[in-house]
Amino acid sequence: MTEDNTTKWPLIRPAGLDGLLVSFGDRLSEPANRAALAYRAQVERAGWSGVEECSTSLVSAYLRFDPLAVDPDAIRAQAQSLLDSRDWYDAALPHGRRLWRIPTVYGTELAPQLDEAAQAAGLSPAQAIDHLSQTRVRVQTIGFAPGQPYLGELPPEWDIPRQTALTDSVPIGALTVAIRQLVLFSVSTPTGWRHVGQTAMRLFRPDSDAPFVLRPGDEVLFPQVTPAELENMRADPDGGARAEALA
Amino acid sequence: MTRALIVHQAGPGLSLQDSGRPGYLVYGLSRGGAADTLALAEGAALLGQSPDLAALEMTGMGGTFEAGEDMRIALTGAPMQAAIDGAPAAWNASHLLHAGEKLTIGAARSGVYGYLHVGGGFDGPITLGSRSAHLASGLGGRVQGGASLPVGPDKGGDTGMTLPGDDRFSGGTVRVVPSLQTHLFPDSEIARFEATTFTRDNRGNRMGVRVVPEGDGFAPEGGLSVLSEIIVPGDIQITGDGTPFVLLAECQTTGGYPRIGAVLPCDLPRVAQAASGSTLRFRFVSPEDGLQALRRAADHRKGLARAAYPLVRDPYRIRDLLSYQLISGVTAGDD
Repeated sequence: MTEDNTTKWPLIRPAGLDGLLVSFGDRLSEPANRAALAYRAQVERAGWSGVEECSTSLVSAYLRFDPLAVDPDAIRAQAQSLLDSRDWYDAALPHGRRLWRIPTVYGTELAPQLDEAAQAAGLSPAQAIDHLSQTRVRVQTIGFAPGQPYLGELPPEWDIPRQTALTDSVPIGALTVAIRQLVLFSVSTPTGWRHVGQTAMRLFRPDSDAPFVLRPGDEVLFPQVTPAELENMRADPDGGARAEALA
Repeated sequence: MTRALIVHQAGPGLSLQDSGRPGYLVYGLSRGGAADTLALAEGAALLGQSPDLAALEMTGMGGTFEAGEDMRIALTGAPMQAAIDGAPAAWNASHLLHAGEKLTIGAARSGVYGYLHVGGGFDGPITLGSRSAHLASGLGGRVQGGASLPVGPDKGGDTGMTLPGDDRFSGGTVRVVPSLQTHLFPDSEIARFEATTFTRDNRGNRMGVRVVPEGDGFAPEGGLSVLSEIIVPGDIQITGDGTPFVLLAECQTTGGYPRIGAVLPCDLPRVAQAASGSTLRFRFVSPEDGLQALRRAADHRKGLARAAYPLVRDPYRIRDLLSYQLISGVTAGDD
């Protein structure tokens, strides 16, 4: 059984016994991303009894509930009714968005998989750096690790798969690529994404008043700097990054 | 002395854990909390206190501890060698640890995660609503030798209580329900998955454990490029080489590898407690049967406080043995 062209979106599916996933597509698109963010915001505002947590991924909203406290069918009916209440694909982006410029070293021993990723995309390393440093990408969701953004969308050449084997570890601030997206790592962890750039940005600051720096809807540029320039930015938790408000 | 537990020597995997911090999934922070939540509930039942209090989670081995003042303790989870001033202390039981006495906790005899609970629970800073260390994201940290762990006020109660033993420390069969991407796997692969015995790899931590199939790995159609989607504890991801990873309390919050199924929350302690080299099998159940299992597990947790009973004392250490009434009742044995 596979999802075929007859699959109708949006779609509500169970995720385990205590979760529901409300999905607005099977691939990333801007309307589906906006729909997921707006739907989740509405669930949060509605404060349904029995719903313990809600979140978003790229094109889905996730609800977790206590299946022993509320009837899963009732929650599902509630979710369906909200889904049917409007056209979510024309929802606006969240308010208070910002444009970030985050200085990045491409390649070198700091980001050893640039050449390999460029080759997978059919580009020279110089062309790859041009693409990655000049494409303005948007935070589509925060996930995997605390404060960690999935950013897109890159030009079509970058529709490259993840690696089959995991890299043992990438450092905090690693910029990685796969399937037309960038992920900027907030923690040091194993990953299947290719490590093409390195920043000095700290995205998760548990002791700060604002522990999570980036928000869905924020836009980001990754301008190229030299390793020496990056080294000088390491004392700054923002790693030399600057933000400006977007209208 | 202050009300604290002094850590003289610490095994490599000690951290404070409670029931975790729900609500931050949207910011990419998983709930975390104790790897074996049933062990938290057992400790709470033994000490007659809230299961939301923090305990010391010990991975593989414990350490040497000293009470700054008299305190009640309980030992739960993976059974470990334990002694108080050299005298063996029963596992899965509560004890009174006098000021100055040394509690030594050695290696796990089976399982992975042992828990040291104290009356009143461990105190200490609350970050984002929890005292749990979230090691994968650098929140809190490991407890090291030389630490002095503050302990909250204890309203007091019995010690010398124990709970019936449990078999979750050496692998076995866990129940699974279908998940978002189960349908991407052909029926024949699902059948093979259920028929396969997996060995818990030595690659495993609070984020998840790798389980190695005895035969070939598992492959969905077009698996490596599925869109990254929400991940929660219990999800079984099939990584690029076909080997499953079962996600645990401190897992990432999204992932792009397809999920073949989701382990029932009530069976997850069995996965977490399967030590390297032990074997696991997965069995799909219907959502209805899954809910029934959750209900039973919740009832079991609620009944733990009533299930606690006094430890049997070693007759050789009872001076006036003959004055005890040794048989106080007879039952049919099926209660």
